[in-house]
Amino acid sequence: MTAYLIAMATQAGIFALLALALNLQWGYTGLLNFGVVGFFALGAYAYALVTTALGGPALLGILAAIVVGAVAAWPIGLASIRLRVDFYLAIATLGFGEVVRAVIVNETWATRGTQGMAVEMFFPGLGVEANRILMLGIVLAAIALLYFAFQRLGRSPFGRTIEAIRDNEDAARSLGKPVAGFKIQVFVIGSAVTAAAGALNAVFVNYLVPEQFLPIVSFYVWIALIIGGSGSNKGVILGSVILVLFLEGSRFLKDLLPADTGLTDDKIAALRFMAIGLALVVVPIWRPQGLWGRKEL
Amino acid sequence: MSALTATGVVKRFGGLTVLNDAWIDVPEGRIIGLIGPNGAGKSTFLTVLSKFVQPDAGQIFCRDREVTRIGPEGMAQAGVVRTFQVPREFGELSVLDNMIVAAKNQIGESVWKALLMPGRVAAEHRAIRERAEERLEFLGLTRVIGNAAKTLSGGQKKLLELGRALMTDPFLLLLDEPFAGVAPGLVDVLIDKIHQLNARGLGFLIVEHNMEAVNALCGRVYVMVSGSILTDGAPATVANDPRVLEAYLGGKA
Repeated sequence: MTAYLIAMATQAGIFALLALALNLQWGYTGLLNFGVVGFFALGAYAYALVTTALGGPALLGILAAIVVGAVAAWPIGLASIRLRVDFYLAIATLGFGEVVRAVIVNETWATRGTQGMAVEMFFPGLGVEANRILMLGIVLAAIALLYFAFQRLGRSPFGRTIEAIRDNEDAARSLGKPVAGFKIQVFVIGSAVTAAAGALNAVFVNYLVPEQFLPIVSFYVWIALIIGGSGSNKGVILGSVILVLFLEGSRFLKDLLPADTGLTDDKIAALRFMAIGLALVVVPIWRPQGLWGRKEL
Repeated sequence: MSALTATGVVKRFGGLTVLNDAWIDVPEGRIIGLIGPNGAGKSTFLTVLSKFVQPDAGQIFCRDREVTRIGPEGMAQAGVVRTFQVPREFGELSVLDNMIVAAKNQIGESVWKALLMPGRVAAEHRAIRERAEERLEFLGLTRVIGNAAKTLSGGQKKLLELGRALMTDPFLLLLDEPFAGVAPGLVDVLIDKIHQLNARGLGFLIVEHNMEAVNALCGRVYVMVSGSILTDGAPATVANDPRVLEAYLGGKA
């Protein structure tokens, strides 16, 4: 049971890292990134290749994930951001996520395709239990660091400028702000963080297969953002915790319901999607700014 | 030296020629008007002059430097800043933050400096904030300083947009119909503020339909008809020009 709670907390923490990154992109800057999962997958596989295939140390793997995430974000950002219509970025990133998965499935010489890749624990000498706890600690530390950095960034002239760009891009241009440059920076930073979270996730799940990287992962992060409160770093962390409670909570539901409801495990599992759907409708009606947000979407 | 000049400007949208050999000469520190009937191309001309739209032909110079090929960011960096016909405030930001964000070349606009040099960023912030508060007081917006900009009235938004442009320390402002949708009482306030700013050396090019405001402000006006400059001169002279009257009253231009 403890192990399960630790796993849930770690899962929520990894979603929180993704949500913080997406919040910088969408909540602060208004960049529609529907391809979170693509950068998440790139980070995971970059980490796995560097540590497992090449035998490099874990830190080098994380660094590789960050670099790969940033480098992949650059051309996509450049191409679509300069087109100046928000939806182009949404389309490009959605497509990017699918392309990444197709490459993982097909480039079997590197990724072993659908067979999957095993990923080593951070500290193999310490045993599984200790590694689980240390992983949770690392994820929480990463959240704390990122929260601190994004809060400071959000209150700085950089943060004020990207919020201005979100509110009115032409006005920001009229004041001499290099809008494309700011957007590309935000896109690259967010994608690098997303890829780093992918590396942590690779170690956490210890086995990578392409099916872990379906588009739904991107939309889970969006759900955390919408429920928690777009634009608020605290809010999106809360949203991530709620998301994982919804996703995992259906497992406990069976124990709470009377024994004779006749609901199979499958049906109960499907209930979580109903619950998430309901939350996605109710929260924006009841609290348009999200549970802990500061602006309306 | 002129603040801004343009010659032979052509702008086509598909088969429609909106600007046809348009020209203008805005001297330093003056208030110049750009008038003309609806659809004459005044706003398009302003949009081209502010470089939000690139001309298909012609040349534009800013203080004798050619700026025909640069973008709107470069124009603002050079000291020529426009406002918009419908105000484009940063709605979620406070009135004060709308002003502060506009200050040019802030240290903390760099990610690394924002993260690693909080002391310098904070010191710069205090200085900018002081300037912003002064200007908000000048514009009579002190009372709403903490409000989200989206909650302001139309006239207040126009004042805020003017103040925001001032925060970039420009030498020329291009105002696109600054009096449109402004309550009558506020029109005189705005005229007064523009006069005061001009007295401190700031130049203006104003696209405007409100002829009383144009007469009160502009020493010289350009009259645009069908994408070309028909004539220019003092407002009173131009207003009595039969060609101008014909253009406004819908004769055969």
